[in-house]
Amino acid sequence: MDDHQKNNPPRTMPPRTMPIQSATFSNPVNAEIRRAAATGIYDIRGGGAKRRVPHFDDLLFLGASMSRYPLEGYREKCETSVTLGSRFAKKPIHLDIPITVAGMSFGALSGPAKEALGRGATMAGTSTTTGDGGMTEEERGHSEKLIYQYLPSRYGMNPDDLRRADAIEVVVGQGAKPGGGGMLLGQKISDRVADMRDLPPGIDQRSACRHPDWTGPDDLEIKILELREITGWEKPIYVKVGGARPYFDTTLAVKAGADVVVVDGMQGGTAATQDVFIENVGQPTLACIRPAVKALQDLGMHREVQLIVSGGVRSGADVAKALALGADAVSIGSAAMIAIGDNDPRWEDDYNALGTTAGAYDDWHEGNDPAGITTQDPALMARLDPVEGGRRLRNYLKVMTLEAQTIARACGKNHVHNLEPEDLCALTIEAAAMAGVPLAGTSWIPGSGSF
Amino acid sequence: MQTIDLEDQGLRALNETLQSQDSDTNQTEWLVTNPRGSHAIAVGLDAPIDVTIKGSTGYYCGGMNKQASITVDGSAGPGVAENMMSGKIVIEGDASQYAGATGRGGLLVIKGNASSRCGISMKGINIVVHGNIGHMSAFMAQSGTLVVCGDAGDALGDSLYEARLFVRGSVKSLGADCIKKDMRPEHIELLRGLLEEAGSDARPEDFTRYGSARKLYHFDIDNAGAY
Repeated sequence: MDDHQKNNPPRTMPPRTMPIQSATFSNPVNAEIRRAAATGIYDIRGGGAKRRVPHFDDLLFLGASMSRYPLEGYREKCETSVTLGSRFAKKPIHLDIPITVAGMSFGALSGPAKEALGRGATMAGTSTTTGDGGMTEEERGHSEKLIYQYLPSRYGMNPDDLRRADAIEVVVGQGAKPGGGGMLLGQKISDRVADMRDLPPGIDQRSACRHPDWTGPDDLEIKILELREITGWEKPIYVKVGGARPYFDTTLAVKAGADVVVVDGMQGGTAATQDVFIENVGQPTLACIRPAVKALQDLGMHREVQLIVSGGVRSGADVAKALALGADAVSIGSAAMIAIGDNDPRWEDDYNALGTTAGAYDDWHEGNDPAGITTQDPALMARLDPVEGGRRLRNYLKVMTLEAQTIARACGKNHVHNLEPEDLCALTIEAAAMAGVPLAGTSWIPGSGSF
Repeated sequence: MQTIDLEDQGLRALNETLQSQDSDTNQTEWLVTNPRGSHAIAVGLDAPIDVTIKGSTGYYCGGMNKQASITVDGSAGPGVAENMMSGKIVIEGDASQYAGATGRGGLLVIKGNASSRCGISMKGINIVVHGNIGHMSAFMAQSGTLVVCGDAGDALGDSLYEARLFVRGSVKSLGADCIKKDMRPEHIELLRGLLEEAGSDARPEDFTRYGSARKLYHFDIDNAGAY
């Protein structure tokens, strides 16, 4: 140490403020501001709400105990079948499992993807559903039970397809966008898609958000009469609503003459919608079930008009929880796509090339899906083998069913429909309030009774 | 001529009877009496038969028609000829809202006036209205032809795709992306044929053509004000 160092001991740097990211202006928020500033258009994407909302994960089953006895796991039968459309239809739909495949359009999805969904659903003993693009031979041919959606756009609508459907689903809304119409951007309007929709190829197509020839529940009652008259009163008629006002929507759907009501919460997917719409409009699936069930109970129609719940159903536990809250069946869309290969890490390099990663890919409207599902590009479409995709979906549906049975048996139920809210508790106050079940460890159901 | 008294037989029997006629039926002439504004009369037909409804009808008369010729000897309620596939439907009186909505083929003739949203989302149907039409007609109309011998209300052809619109009288206002276009010889010919088939003696030369400016076919922030 020389004299200089002796006389000038090193000064320590004063402590610096640790960089703190704003919770309000987070990196994703700032990225979106920059994207909006650069492009001048809102973000469009597929899928459902990505934000965390109270969900089935926030519920637990209590299982059997001193006051309840369980069924033997591998010996005692636990039924899973469900009949849909018993109210008015001459030919109700009988499904082996209480899990159906939700409506997804040909156009949004490739032909082979629709075929895979049809194959998988059929092998698992359940139904699949058309979408905004009309009915294709791929799905009619490979779906033993096919639900034909009756949408505001009416693309490809015709009486012959109505008659060869097994049920008709009048779509009033969907959970990802209650009050919004569909979109299919030009990249995906191939000649075949354009022809089925009577549109010029390559344009950005905006589907109507409202039906063109009826406006309210009184009109809908007459529309349902017309559809029944065209199809000889054979087909069950479902009415699908987004999770907006589930009590009133369910009540009005029943009054309009629905055989089945489908309630789709905000985690339910879409092929392409504004991100702001997906994330900010509609209620979580969990919040929709009890009001819809209450509506049916108040009308004396619970179980006579069946309730299908959709939006973020992923496992047999989710199925069991939805049924315990009073649903007759659930419907899966996003989960079915994942089962057949959507967002699979095997395509990680391709996802990276698109600036994303497996699991987060949601630019389905762009038509470049590495998994070959949400595309009309022949080379990408060829990546999905519809036979293998169908097998995977079948397996997944079977697993979900086994899981739901496992839980039902543990709760002492010989049919999954015998699960009830009393079998559940909630992990959070929010979930307890929404599901109408007690907070774990308490007898408190927020919103019912007083403090 | 076969006669069905709707009041006596009921709607289901009427539609079942008409729907069960096949393409080589000998019973080609049908008269429906006492419609009394009932809904869903003569829907889902699929045979080359002539059906005359003696009186006015409610919602969705002739819905999804294929092949049949249906005449309403009165006025028609909302959604007449909705999603018609082929054939011909003639309304002697006036038609309510959404006449010919989403129609994919065939010819709809309205001898009187049509209310709002005539030809909404039409997909190939031809519609000839002898009188006037209401607001928002041909909204999001995709293809086919709408001919109006009288005047059109507000927002004609809003968000139009490839449908062709011809109006003889005035147009109160045009909707987003709908513009006036030149009448070329092929349009005169098309119009002449449709007017003749619809029993109108209007001169094709007196009409103005409207169609899509095709500016909203692709998203463009500079067009946001148009919506």
